[in-house]
Amino acid sequence: MLELVTFTVLAVVTLGSAILVITRRNAVHSAIWLTVTLFSVAGIFLLQHAEFLFAVQIILYVGGIMVLFLFVIMLVDIDAALKQARFARQWQVALLTAVVLLALVGYALYNHGQGLGLPARPMVSAPAQNTQAVGMALYQNYMLPVEIASVLLLVAMVGAVIMAKRKLQ
Amino acid sequence: MIPTEYYIFLASGLFTIGVIGVLTRRNILIILMSIELILNAVNINLMALSNYFKSVDGQVFAIFVITDAAAEAAVGLGLIIALFRNKETVNADEIDLLKW
Repeated sequence: MLELVTFTVLAVVTLGSAILVITRRNAVHSAIWLTVTLFSVAGIFLLQHAEFLFAVQIILYVGGIMVLFLFVIMLVDIDAALKQARFARQWQVALLTAVVLLALVGYALYNHGQGLGLPARPMVSAPAQNTQAVGMALYQNYMLPVEIASVLLLVAMVGAVIMAKRKLQ
Repeated sequence: MIPTEYYIFLASGLFTIGVIGVLTRRNILIILMSIELILNAVNINLMALSNYFKSVDGQVFAIFVITDAAAEAAVGLGLIIALFRNKETVNADEIDLLKW
């Protein structure tokens, strides 16, 4: 019961602040509401017994990516963007597309009242220590993907520096 | 125990809000933020099914999604700075150099 109440509160906060993200005129306000969304998504991770991802979400998303966003918002000219129209010219078409997408996904998930039709839950017990289990999986089964992700981060870092540099030699 | 369906409906709602943001807003910064919303919806889905199957594989994939989000934000924001330096705008409707 308490779990359901927590989930409902987190879901309402997530969806409400997500709507505020895409409707605010000022990009700084959008960024603040995005922080609220990311915090409540972190709460949902905690509800699903993903303690490590909860910490990663807060440290990396809220602490890293959002600071990057706010820096760039401060660097570019907000005042000019404030005077312009908020939504693009084709927003009716875009809204219709998105609503059709949601209806389609909802219909597919509803599946004539059958639910998702997931296979039965395995009878194994969940790993007791989440961080240890994730670490073991990362460095044993997912060794190569971890290396590829590190190369991706290196490329992104170099690319971002080159892109933001004033002048190429 | 909350049904897994609830999480997946929440994720599809968040995904749709992100898609609406990407399609309708003109400010490139907010378009990038909407992409973050979409990636978070994917993470909720991965986490729900990972919890359902009592396996950490979904959480490992969520870590890779977060890695991708960080890389995408860094490169995207670098592009926005370069674009703003050359065209003095963050309005997606005015960025039409490749349009004939």
